[in-house]
Amino acid sequence: MTAVDVTAIAKSYGKVQVLSDITTHFPEGSFTSLLGPSGSGKTTLLRIIAGFVIPDTGRVTIGERDVTRVPVWARNIGMVFQSYALFPHMSVADNVAFGLAQRGVKGEPARREVQRALEMVHLGGFGTRKPKQLSGGQQQRVALARAIVTRPSVLLLDEPLSALDRRLRQEMQVELLRIQRESGLTTIFVTHDQEEALTLSDKVAILDRGRIVQIGAPAEVYERPRTRFAAEFLGDTNFLTGTVAEGRVSLPNGMRIATASPLPTSGAPVTLAVRPEKITVAARDAAPQDGLTNRVEGTIIASLYSGTALTYEVDAAGQRFKIFAQNRDAQPLARGAAVTLSWSPDHTVPIEDAP
Amino acid sequence: MKLAARTYILAVLVFLYLPIGVLIAMGFNESPLYQLPFQFSSHWYVELMSNRKLISASWNSVLIAAITAVIATVLGTLAAVALSRRQFFGKEALRLLLLPPIAIPWLITGTAMLVFFYWTGIGRGFHAILIGHVALAIPYVVLVVGTGLTTIRADLEEAAMSLGAPPVKAFFQVTLPLLAPSIFGAALFAFAVSLDQFVVSYFLATPGSSTLPVEIYSAIRKGFTPEINAVCTILLAGSVSIFLLFTLFAKPGASRDRS
Repeated sequence: MTAVDVTAIAKSYGKVQVLSDITTHFPEGSFTSLLGPSGSGKTTLLRIIAGFVIPDTGRVTIGERDVTRVPVWARNIGMVFQSYALFPHMSVADNVAFGLAQRGVKGEPARREVQRALEMVHLGGFGTRKPKQLSGGQQQRVALARAIVTRPSVLLLDEPLSALDRRLRQEMQVELLRIQRESGLTTIFVTHDQEEALTLSDKVAILDRGRIVQIGAPAEVYERPRTRFAAEFLGDTNFLTGTVAEGRVSLPNGMRIATASPLPTSGAPVTLAVRPEKITVAARDAAPQDGLTNRVEGTIIASLYSGTALTYEVDAAGQRFKIFAQNRDAQPLARGAAVTLSWSPDHTVPIEDAP
Repeated sequence: MKLAARTYILAVLVFLYLPIGVLIAMGFNESPLYQLPFQFSSHWYVELMSNRKLISASWNSVLIAAITAVIATVLGTLAAVALSRRQFFGKEALRLLLLPPIAIPWLITGTAMLVFFYWTGIGRGFHAILIGHVALAIPYVVLVVGTGLTTIRADLEEAAMSLGAPPVKAFFQVTLPLLAPSIFGAALFAFAVSLDQFVVSYFLATPGSSTLPVEIYSAIRKGFTPEINAVCTILLAGSVSIFLLFTLFAKPGASRDRS
């Protein structure tokens, strides 16, 4: 139970720069997700923290200890692999006891620890089975028990839920969160599933081409994306690109959009991000709602029905909008309907990188 | 069509096994000139027991095969593990060079060894045959163990290391037990390759050190008795049981599911 720090980490394989200048802090007891598409370097960063990969430059510290040159087996980590990596020739109990045996814990004390860890993952009666006799979800829980029984300084999870089906994955998310809270382990979790990252984490770090482009609490990262990549990778976004004029953003089609966030000086180009679910869509004659002071008029060009929700596509004088609406009205809006879109300046976020 | 296919398969089996059947049967026939009618007798097996040359050649064969199996299995396994798990200079070259000897005719390998051993002063004899057999058997071991290794995920060793086991310990506690069936199979393979080896042994044998196949060959040239049939039957029984053991134990990959 210790904080983990990576400082100025860089790694390249041949000419391919996999990670460049990664510096970040994983607070004690926190659950941090490394989120990014494949090739973003998230797994390499995890393997550097684990010790399987030696960074070209930079430092890894676990607690007070600089472990940059310490091999994997001396780092006191717990790791869960995507494929579970259970030892097929050992029973479940022997799998869990493996790490304890390496630390010289044997006999009765080891048996007690193993039983406690297996009970924590609700597999108390499965010690004598072989991994092959368990379901995917159960194997995953054995892998988790094996990783935490040694009380590691840090728990590293490499896409541990990606091999499970949707339902089981949601169950395991709840389990994982409970176990992490109970054990208080500093946890670093690699995933490419944005929903999973938002649900589980205290902090989400978004990686793009070897850099952390944004790190913060899930709501913060989702509501205030700093870059186009972060906005696009984490959910859907409408981008509105224009120039700053009189404290607002004027779009090429003449619309003037207000934002609650500070804007650059007049004349500067700027891109605004608006989440599709923040926009209210209403028939043209409906009364305006309080606070939704950004109002544009448009026409519905596509309407997608998916039960609980509706996805509209709206054309507003050449600017396309995507809108998620709850299926609440008696009659969904039809294609061709004249509508008014309105949203709050609070939900209009200028993003930092070039348009 | 079906009948033609069945006849064909039957013919293949008959041509493969009938001569062997006749060979075994004639070892138990009374007549020294392979004459019928068949009269059962274990006479030739008794004769064989007092044939010092054949007995000592048999003993040489088994001894060389056993030592070959041990040495080739250890060296071949090390090579297979290095090739599949480690990065080192010249790895691809080694991988390329290890397997062609399987395809090179033994006559060529044998001639080359004879010339090379003579030139380097290794000479001929028991030790030379042993070196030759080990060299011949290693590629087979690398092939069998290498195939076994592909069924064992590399992340198992990583998992062991993450739990605190240094690489050597991780190998011995995780990879080696999973690899055991393949290694055992490879050892049987090496044993059989050595036991059945004729050409290389013939070139490298000296009077005291000749192996059973070499001794059978020279006996046939001098005109032979059913003693040869008897010793062939014993050799055959040995070879066949080794291959039966091999098919029973060496199922690379299956070990994971059976465990």
